[in-house]
Amino acid sequence: MMLHRLKVPRCARDDTIFLVDASNPTKLSSRAKRGTFLLALLALLLAFPALAVEPSEMLKDPALESRARDIGRSLRCVVCQNQSIDDSVAEVAHDMRLAVRARLAAGDSDAQVFDYMVARYGDYVLLKPPFTTATAILWLGAPVVLLLAAGLLYKAGRRRSARAAAVQSTPLTEEERRRLAALLASGRTHGER
Amino acid sequence: MINSNRLLYFLPLLTLAIMAGFFAWSLSSGRDPAAIGSVLVGRPAPALAAAALQEGAPPLTDALLKTGKPVLLNFFASWCAPCQIEHPLLLRLAERDGVAIIGIAYKNKPEEARAWLKRLGNPFKQTGIDPEGKLALDWGLSGVPETYLIDGAGIVRLHYRAPLSERDLATILPLLRGGS
Repeated sequence: MMLHRLKVPRCARDDTIFLVDASNPTKLSSRAKRGTFLLALLALLLAFPALAVEPSEMLKDPALESRARDIGRSLRCVVCQNQSIDDSVAEVAHDMRLAVRARLAAGDSDAQVFDYMVARYGDYVLLKPPFTTATAILWLGAPVVLLLAAGLLYKAGRRRSARAAAVQSTPLTEEERRRLAALLASGRTHGER
Repeated sequence: MINSNRLLYFLPLLTLAIMAGFFAWSLSSGRDPAAIGSVLVGRPAPALAAAALQEGAPPLTDALLKTGKPVLLNFFASWCAPCQIEHPLLLRLAERDGVAIIGIAYKNKPEEARAWLKRLGNPFKQTGIDPEGKLALDWGLSGVPETYLIDGAGIVRLHYRAPLSERDLATILPLLRGGS
């Protein structure tokens, strides 16, 4: 039996960090302002997503560390829902990063590390959910709709070309031929006028 | 032919209706997409190994979970307000119902945890410390407080990722009395 409740406050030790003190803006000349603006723009252009992985956590072996990063990107921080443990500054994420590295240093394969986490936190911890009966609609829904749409389009296209072929292959009746000739003749006189 | 084409015009409306229905269900059914659940329930308890909080007390081992009687394992911290909220309930369970509760001070300075228990009362039969959260990770902890009910055979029966409340007692007490 699994029990949980909604909206119960708990301590996850998620830290919010305020970098700017907005209450005390310093005054700048207009030229300095423009310079600051350009600098800020440059900083924005050069910005890359910050990793929460701290230097002290990193493994000395670059190959192991890069495997740890790959794993860390696919593991979900359990208190922040849509962040990987590499992106999260939550303490649990920090502990999970350390655990991943400890497993790797102990000689575990990537799959074993994932199994270790799943054994403790369930499939919830995987950012890429495995294919099960519960997630089948998630994995198959979009391709099925795509195939369905392609089938319908193909059918509609064939129906249209069949109709066009049917029109072309039926010869005009005597009556229709006479009307066509009359129309063409009147069109010519119009054009001449 | 014309009839089926006309029906197609209702397709966007139908799609919208299905989506609205799903959203309404999501909002009203109490489904919590953030619920982690627990994979431990029904499985043998993870290893318990922790140094004791009280100086001179023996360290905590697996033997505490295999006494033949059900126990509660509670992760707490003195810096955690919800832990303080559930604390009176733990005290009552220990004193009135004689429940064996094992406490683990999660990422807590021992002296602060000791002071906290001295101030609020100590419901724990034995208390361990988990200064780095390593034991907690082994137990699939996501925050504090969390409480596990382990039966006499060492199988995890319940896992609460929230402070315990009066409502939970109806589930917990029969399992604690039932033995296994």
